[in-house]
Amino acid sequence: MAGIAVIAAPPPSTPRDFLRRLKSGDQIAHLVTLIFAASVFLVTLLLVYELWIHSGASRAKFGLGFLFSSTWDPIAEKFGALPFIYGTVLTSFLALLISVPLGVGAAIFLAELAPARLSNACTFLVELLAAVPSVIFGLLAMFTLVPLLREYGEPFLKNTLGFLPLFQGPAYGVGYLAAGLILAIMTFPFIISISREALLAVPREQREAALALGATKWESTWQVVVPHARLGIIGSIFLALARALGETMAVTMVIGNDPGIHASLLSPGYTIAAVIANEFTEANGDVYQSALVELGLVLFFLTMIINAAARLLILLTTRKGAKQA
Amino acid sequence: MIERNARRKLVNKAMLALTAVCTVLTVAVLFLILGFLVWNGGRSLDWNFFTRLPMPAGESGGGMANAILGSGITILIAVLIGVPIGFAGGIYLAEFGGTTLPFLVRYTADLLNGVPSIVIGIFAWTIVVVPMHRFSAWAGGFALSMMMVPIGLRSTEQFLRAVPNSLREGALALGASKTRTVLTVVVPAAKQGILTGLILGVARIAGETAPLLFTSLNNQFWSQKLNEPIATLPLMIYTHAISPYEDWHRQAWAAGLVLLALVLVANIAARWILARGVSAQRG
Repeated sequence: MAGIAVIAAPPPSTPRDFLRRLKSGDQIAHLVTLIFAASVFLVTLLLVYELWIHSGASRAKFGLGFLFSSTWDPIAEKFGALPFIYGTVLTSFLALLISVPLGVGAAIFLAELAPARLSNACTFLVELLAAVPSVIFGLLAMFTLVPLLREYGEPFLKNTLGFLPLFQGPAYGVGYLAAGLILAIMTFPFIISISREALLAVPREQREAALALGATKWESTWQVVVPHARLGIIGSIFLALARALGETMAVTMVIGNDPGIHASLLSPGYTIAAVIANEFTEANGDVYQSALVELGLVLFFLTMIINAAARLLILLTTRKGAKQA
Repeated sequence: MIERNARRKLVNKAMLALTAVCTVLTVAVLFLILGFLVWNGGRSLDWNFFTRLPMPAGESGGGMANAILGSGITILIAVLIGVPIGFAGGIYLAEFGGTTLPFLVRYTADLLNGVPSIVIGIFAWTIVVVPMHRFSAWAGGFALSMMMVPIGLRSTEQFLRAVPNSLREGALALGASKTRTVLTVVVPAAKQGILTGLILGVARIAGETAPLLFTSLNNQFWSQKLNEPIATLPLMIYTHAISPYEDWHRQAWAAGLVLLALVLVANIAARWILARGVSAQRG
């Protein structure tokens, strides 16, 4: 950091010169704003450092085996992250399975078909949906989605697809399926609003060329416009994935809190964020607490990688669009 | 050939209709959420909700006055920490920045923005709760400020950059110093955008629950000091919703309705300010 501070306030040649500059205040303003900006960078570094330090006891005891062990036994002080990683990845995957087709479909409608006014109005409503706090999604899911699943949804799945291992066991309502559904609802606003931007950035000539060759509206959209915007669409999916992986409250309220690995989607499970939310204040003992912090560290790296990929993809499409426009 | 074209037309119509169905489904979700909350929350909401303390478990009645005030206090702490960093940092990025540091700051701000809120909670716990040996309003406010900084930083930078360079050149040509130019010309020109960023930032942290779970904890009573656990609206919704008591569920719905109304009004207000600013600049 010292190097940067020197660039910001070069040593003045004479004391008088220094005073004159101070009077104008520009150097001070530069330095002050620089300190605030640098603090953002330092705080983020501090975050990683603190997570690393506070997970020390757990890292020393379990090493890399932490990631591959499926025991979670606070009394024997044996901790493994696998059930939580499994639950996090499974619920996020379920969510994307539902929200990607739905979100991309809606984005296509809003970008290609809907008149501008309708498109803007719908996008506004969808973006409002993204602003709804996650605890409210959890509240709704607990009292509407879970009873519906228990009474109708899960018995129906068992009767029709019960021969698959995915849909076996008792219908509790809470579990992987409920968490996946609520995450789907929470992620499609991101997919819709960013995919729509990517589709709108496709140059008009691309559409006209396809239509002039005799393609139908759908063929021009699906075979020309969507492939052209694919990086942005994939970016939006990655962003939604990062959100789903880190989502805490709504999932905690419907996941069922069972630290095991189950094939059935109807079974209660656990996610990384949910176990931290539920057990952190009750964790007694250094190893227990640091195991939870280490779970936080795993979640941090997981979302960081996905987010970086998302931003790169979105950046690439908008650049490409700008170049061709 | 004719048959093939008929099929293509059919596929065209079917797929386009399907995308419309997707849109209707997704937009309908918002109205379903609003409907459920207004229906369940509206029945439960009364004047007591805003003026009384929560009742002990199992007893009916009471309200969440302490949580409403507590949310206000933690948000205020978050604003006092987060806004100066976001605003001054944004000015640096847009007006003073070089090359290396702004890149690092932008990158880490985006990184911080993507950090799951529960991890922010752990961070605030290690920084504030562990040294103080107690859960406190300070810790909750600090956690929320960490979520607000990246939003404030990037929106300030974005809107300052949108100010035309001719304004800066005009002020500099009149002999104003750079600082004076920024503070009296550039920032006022971008004030609507910056205000929007502030409102959106507050709206985002107002509903956050996960960072508060083990920082400000919860409190069934009024908090006397800022170094005590403090009740907040989102956390009250959580604890009441997972409780086994019917009357607490009722309170959770009422709190959900109040929180959602606040967040949506803030979002709509932010957009309105921005839209008005754009049309004023054009006209």
